[in-house]
Amino acid sequence: MSRVSPRELAIERILQAIAYSSIAILFIITFFIFKEGLPFIFREGLGEILGGVEWRPTKGQFGILPMVVGSLLVTGGALVIGVPLGLSCAIFLVEFSTPKVRRILKPAIELLAGIPSVVYGFLGVILLVPLIRVHLGGPGLSLLAGSIILGIMILPTIISISIDVLEAVPRSYREGSIALGATTTQTVSMVVLKAARSGIVTAVILGMGRAIGETMAVIMVTGNAVAAPGSVLDSIRTLTSNIGIELAYASGDHQEALFATGVVLFVMIMVLNLAASMTRRKRIR
Amino acid sequence: MKRLDPGVTQKIVRGILLSFTALTVSILVFIITYVLLKGLPVLGWEFLTKGAVDAGTSGGIFPFIVSTVFITVVALAIATPLGVGTAIYLTEYTRETIVTKVVRFAAECLAGIPSIILGLFGFITFVLFLKLGWSILSGALTLAIMILPTIIRTSEEAIISVPQNQRDVSTSLGGTRWQTVTRVVLPSALPGIVTGIMLSVGRCIGETAAVIFTAGSALPTPTSVFASGRTLAVHFYILATETDAFGMAYGTAAVLIIAILTINVMAYWMMHRIMRKFS
Repeated sequence: MSRVSPRELAIERILQAIAYSSIAILFIITFFIFKEGLPFIFREGLGEILGGVEWRPTKGQFGILPMVVGSLLVTGGALVIGVPLGLSCAIFLVEFSTPKVRRILKPAIELLAGIPSVVYGFLGVILLVPLIRVHLGGPGLSLLAGSIILGIMILPTIISISIDVLEAVPRSYREGSIALGATTTQTVSMVVLKAARSGIVTAVILGMGRAIGETMAVIMVTGNAVAAPGSVLDSIRTLTSNIGIELAYASGDHQEALFATGVVLFVMIMVLNLAASMTRRKRIR
Repeated sequence: MKRLDPGVTQKIVRGILLSFTALTVSILVFIITYVLLKGLPVLGWEFLTKGAVDAGTSGGIFPFIVSTVFITVVALAIATPLGVGTAIYLTEYTRETIVTKVVRFAAECLAGIPSIILGLFGFITFVLFLKLGWSILSGALTLAIMILPTIIRTSEEAIISVPQNQRDVSTSLGGTRWQTVTRVVLPSALPGIVTGIMLSVGRCIGETAAVIFTAGSALPTPTSVFASGRTLAVHFYILATETDAFGMAYGTAAVLIIAILTINVMAYWMMHRIMRKFS
């Protein structure tokens, strides 16, 4: 533009500052979480914290290995339940049903994402936990209950992204396969899924991020015992639960230990974000 | 191993996929109907307009409705200008550069941060460091960060979908860039932007982890942004975990679900209309 009035220039500068605020906010969040958690990690030693199995804040023992294991197990469990279910749903809606059905069911499934996590947790406690306790044994509040609830909670993420990814596979791919005499099943397994692979990986990673970061529902259904579980029917505690349960009354070293837990969780999430963003970029290219 | 006939495989696969889809949809239908069946009988004029009695185990939920609306409105008042401003800058004021890529990546990262980490951050920063205490303002600031990425993304999509020739007409008539943005682009993009804001409202209403450590769980109706307030979701969590007032819990859950579903269905309906308009 040849001439820009001072007012226009000022507006542009203001908008620019606003746009940079996202970067600033991310930086400030990282700064405050690390500022509270890192000194504690350096003082106690990363090995002591990540490798320690005893969490007794009142006695100065701050091992979070059971929580790391708990988080990984319940996230893995959620994927075992959520990925096959979600992916099947997406494949059915895109490849085996009509666009009309898809137009109704896709938003309906996305509504699942709007149900608050506390409601999932509550229904888990009321309906699922007694079912597990009576039929499978154990306390009911368990790794299994957490996995099932989280598996349901990540369905909308996985289904909605997978549908978009499958729809983005060019029609000509399918037509080529059908023209060679393949059935829809063969076309899906040999052509469509191969073309959509990296997008589906993104969907799974984002679902994983949701599962590992979920707090309230997990606190309610997993029992929160600080010990590595012996079976899926045992109680577990995740990194998020550890913060959620104890932050309200923690102080001093104990509070810093919770921020250290936050640092570990934050790093895990950022690695997942980076991975998701890398697979997404690869897909666009 | 004998190979199955492709036609038979097709039928089996279709059957399996269909049953998984049916299972997913029935989970959705079940959750909503179960909560409404248990909760609707509790709902009534008294329940919605009275204050809490005995720490919320009887009486009504009026203070918590006020807290929820209050905290959501303040969060939107903070996040909307930031989000829409960012979207305008990214789409109307710059080309795709390394800086815009970093902004987008930062927004993506913010979207991935779990709400408990935001709660932890809000607690140490707003509640303790800025000495705002457990308050509506602390909670709203934390929620604003949570919904910012959603507002940026939906606003950006809405602005991009405004046809280029509308901008060209404005520019050719001598409109400056800001005039073009405020009088041409934003009015056209408004339904899309509102959709994003409504989806954010739904998230604010249902959030617990980010709010419970920043806004606290005080029972009285908050009278200023510096007062602590208990939102519906926090109230529900406390009822469900610390009391056995399950009737009250179901009633609160029903209010939550009805509010969120109504808002989300309206948002989807608007999005659907916009998509029809542009296709």
